[in-house]
Amino acid sequence: MPSGNEKADLKAQERREFLSYVWGLGLALALTIVPFAMVKWGAMTPLAVLAVIGVLALVQIVVHFRFFLHISFRQKREDLQLLIFSALILSIMLAGTLWIMASLGLRMGMVQN
Amino acid sequence: MLAHPFGRLRLQALPFWDMLQHPSKGVVINGIIATGAALMVVLGGIVTVALISRYRLWRVLWSQWLTSPDHKKIGVMYVVLAFVMLIRALLEALLMRAQQAYGLGGGFLTPNHFAQLFSTHGTIMIFFMAMPFLTGIINYVMPLQIGARDVSFPVLNSISLALTAAGAALVMISLVLGTFSTGGWLGYPPYTEASFSPGVGPDYWIWALTLSSLGSTFTGINFAVTIYKKRAPGMTLMRLPLFTWTALCTSILMIFAMPPLTVATAQLALDRYLGFHFFTNDLGGNMMHFANMFWLFGHPEVYILILPAFGVYSETISTFSGKALFGYRSLVVATMAIGVLSFTVWLHHFFTMGQGADLNAAFGVATMLIGIPTGVKIYDWMWTMFRGRIRFSVPMIYAMGFMLLFVLGGLSGVLLADPVIDYQVHNSVFLVAHFHNVAVPGLLFGMIAAYHFWFPKAFGFRLDERGGKVSAVCWILGFMLAFFPLYALGLMGMPRRTVAYTEPAYVPLETVAFFGAILVVAALCALGVQLWVSIKHRHANRVFVGDPWDGRSLEWSISAPPPEYNFAAIPVVTDRDAFTVMKESGAAYTAAVPFEDIEVPRNSALGPVLGAAGFAIAFGLVWHIWWMVIIFGTIVITAMIVRGFARNTSRVVTAEEVRRQHQHWMDAVARAEPIARDKETTSANEGLAMPIDTGAEQ
Amino acid sequence: MSDGIAKHPGLNLGPGHGKDDAAAEGLMFGFWVFMMSDAILFGMVFATYLTSLSATAGGPGASQLYDLTSTFVETLLLLASSFTFGMASLAMKYRHSERRLVAWLLVTLLLGLAFIGVELHDFASMAAKGGVPTRSGFLSAFFDLVPLHGLHVAAGCLWMIALLGQLVRYGVDTKAKLGIMRLALFWHFLDIIWIAIFSVVYLPGCMHAIG
Repeated sequence: MPSGNEKADLKAQERREFLSYVWGLGLALALTIVPFAMVKWGAMTPLAVLAVIGVLALVQIVVHFRFFLHISFRQKREDLQLLIFSALILSIMLAGTLWIMASLGLRMGMVQN
Repeated sequence: MLAHPFGRLRLQALPFWDMLQHPSKGVVINGIIATGAALMVVLGGIVTVALISRYRLWRVLWSQWLTSPDHKKIGVMYVVLAFVMLIRALLEALLMRAQQAYGLGGGFLTPNHFAQLFSTHGTIMIFFMAMPFLTGIINYVMPLQIGARDVSFPVLNSISLALTAAGAALVMISLVLGTFSTGGWLGYPPYTEASFSPGVGPDYWIWALTLSSLGSTFTGINFAVTIYKKRAPGMTLMRLPLFTWTALCTSILMIFAMPPLTVATAQLALDRYLGFHFFTNDLGGNMMHFANMFWLFGHPEVYILILPAFGVYSETISTFSGKALFGYRSLVVATMAIGVLSFTVWLHHFFTMGQGADLNAAFGVATMLIGIPTGVKIYDWMWTMFRGRIRFSVPMIYAMGFMLLFVLGGLSGVLLADPVIDYQVHNSVFLVAHFHNVAVPGLLFGMIAAYHFWFPKAFGFRLDERGGKVSAVCWILGFMLAFFPLYALGLMGMPRRTVAYTEPAYVPLETVAFFGAILVVAALCALGVQLWVSIKHRHANRVFVGDPWDGRSLEWSISAPPPEYNFAAIPVVTDRDAFTVMKESGAAYTAAVPFEDIEVPRNSALGPVLGAAGFAIAFGLVWHIWWMVIIFGTIVITAMIVRGFARNTSRVVTAEEVRRQHQHWMDAVARAEPIARDKETTSANEGLAMPIDTGAEQ
Repeated sequence: MSDGIAKHPGLNLGPGHGKDDAAAEGLMFGFWVFMMSDAILFGMVFATYLTSLSATAGGPGASQLYDLTSTFVETLLLLASSFTFGMASLAMKYRHSERRLVAWLLVTLLLGLAFIGVELHDFASMAAKGGVPTRSGFLSAFFDLVPLHGLHVAAGCLWMIALLGQLVRYGVDTKAKLGIMRLALFWHFLDIIWIAIFSVVYLPGCMHAIG
């Protein structure tokens, strides 16, 4: 049975973790509403909007990892290593594919405009 | 659905149907060959079933093997599967070599039949020979090397095996019903699209690969987690045996390289089944993206195959040279470097597809870079042998053959890495020579070496040494005769996958290659005879004590075969080459006190059920038998949900039982006569190695 | 911090759960690895979509087919479900009543089902405008990517129902806890994929409608 002191500790910890979810929800909401609003009301040039969408998406992904999946630098090292390695492989694959397919599309006359 | 309960499965699917309908000479020859192959599958199945029934082995097969979550048994079953598939794919190779030897102006096979042969040969060798072989060896050895009692997810392991076996069964049944794909092991669209290949062939290929790649993904996850989470105390990463390092790297590659293949084949399936337009010629399809995704998988796959073999050679060269591995750290770094670099070179498989020269140059450079870590490895192995007391046992002969031949294969690879040269020889048999030159001496020799090296551990007796040497020499010579001529033929301009040709200058070299193929088949037969002889003489060659080769890592520190829980007490590791350290410090062969109850997973039918259902779903999809797909799909989901409700999933081996088995082994150790290294291949070898200063140095 | 260093991704049960917490480490890591593999799978499907943007073959394009409002609703549904799943995880970790845990899971399940409902409605209205996968390479890629995510959500819902069954049958025991923890990882992961989907597919697609 947890002693009174531990109980208070747990209570504080639960409150902290609850607030972490609330923070996550709030941040994610803000990071969602902004790009949707920009697209809806066309605030800037298309290229600028695209850039903002991309950046906010990356930020929101980090927010989800941090507040919902509880990934942080206090993680055991292999989990974080794995995440970073996955991100590396994914970017190699995506960037390589886009480069290759763009080059092919251009040279093989597949791009219409 | 009611009008055709068996979908598009008709009598025409039988291999002799065509021959009876249109009996011309060519059709009859091909019909006889196809029917013969189908008969071999059917008879093989019947004989197996009959033998199992005759000796009343069904219960044993089910309760001791098929439902077993024990990584050692799963490993053995993987290797058995690999050997069965190796026999088929090698016979196909022989048939293709024969066809090409007689291929001046015709030959005896129809183009369609020949195309099926090279498609199944490639598909089987990669997915159903090489992958099961290395998965089986890793399964058996890796948990023992890290001092673990099993892999992290034993039941998932059994599911992976069942899925792989289901894929293999699908390829086998394609011999009896319908025809396999004629699109090569790569299955490039648009040729494999429904408009050009409307039959069942590409569907067989798609679903066999899907089953196998699902199994491989789960295997990769299982191995990686095991190596990360289940190491014995003191077994830090930099103390891992090199084979385990390569197993880790291969697992990581499996985890990340299988998804692109799954996506590519799934999209091809969507095209074929539901009329999507990923890779079609019309309506915005782009077949070049298939090649891109296939090789995003395909190149890491090459290293999935070769790395465990590198690990095996590292172990055998070190053990049979009686020395610690030279440059351990550099070997680890080289392995991991290869792992990452393997994701950066996939474009070199399609240099000629039409992208810009800048891209080709970048990927050509990246490809040549991989040669560096591989070269480091070769030097490390040579330095390990330098001043060692080398014993020319069978695994060592394979290792020597590998080092010589693999360097040649690697050099031809560096040639091909130059886009300018690649433009000249791409799609010629030069390429066929190159990839066989790395795959056969690299992967296959490595796996056969591993089979010889760890067989005594798994079954408790050594394989016959003489048969092994005969086979090894046949493999090496046969390989050289079969593939060196192909380099020349490629430079002479012979395209790959050619059923017949009109150039008489090809004939002499093709004939040599055919004899090479015969020699390789003889090598396989020698392996069979060797196994037969070894089983017959098993009592004379027992090595129950468990260390027949003066081994260096933990798997040799336990009995052969090991108990189901592997280690009576989890070993504590203090340095690299853990067992050698134990032997030198006198810590080996001590009583494990106190004995404890050991929890082991209960048998589970989930693996066989999912495997069988997976096979049925795939078969239904191939033949458009939709009720079969629905029923077995429901069974898969239900089985997984029911498994979620299972609670009592482990049982206990009591401390008393562990103590009894351990005592039995310790008694054998006490009785055994230590063996010197020069007598290790004689019947005097009971599996207890003489200390190094009195043994190897004599 | 009293909870110390996290052993695995996702909400850690903490030492108070004894052997359940110990059993979680390997299992959660394994599931995490599986999701990384799944992420590569999605990555390739995203790559297919991006390389097929111009392959409309004269058929309807993004601007005619996508509906920004409905995408926004779907996003909010998934985000809310991520939050409610978090509440379920907290209820489990801090040993609130089983009723509370089940209630949060049910709310999450309903939000998930609502998401699937809206998505299906979306697909139907796209089909009504001629946006079917057999029309063009672009539409094939769209219907590979977005429904793949939808299928994952559906699988998550099925898994949740199975877990609710386990809770009813066995209460909150080790295996049920570990199941809920893995499903939590899966659920949050799917929400992350959805961020990528609305940022790569829907928002740029709808942008052209205005610009």
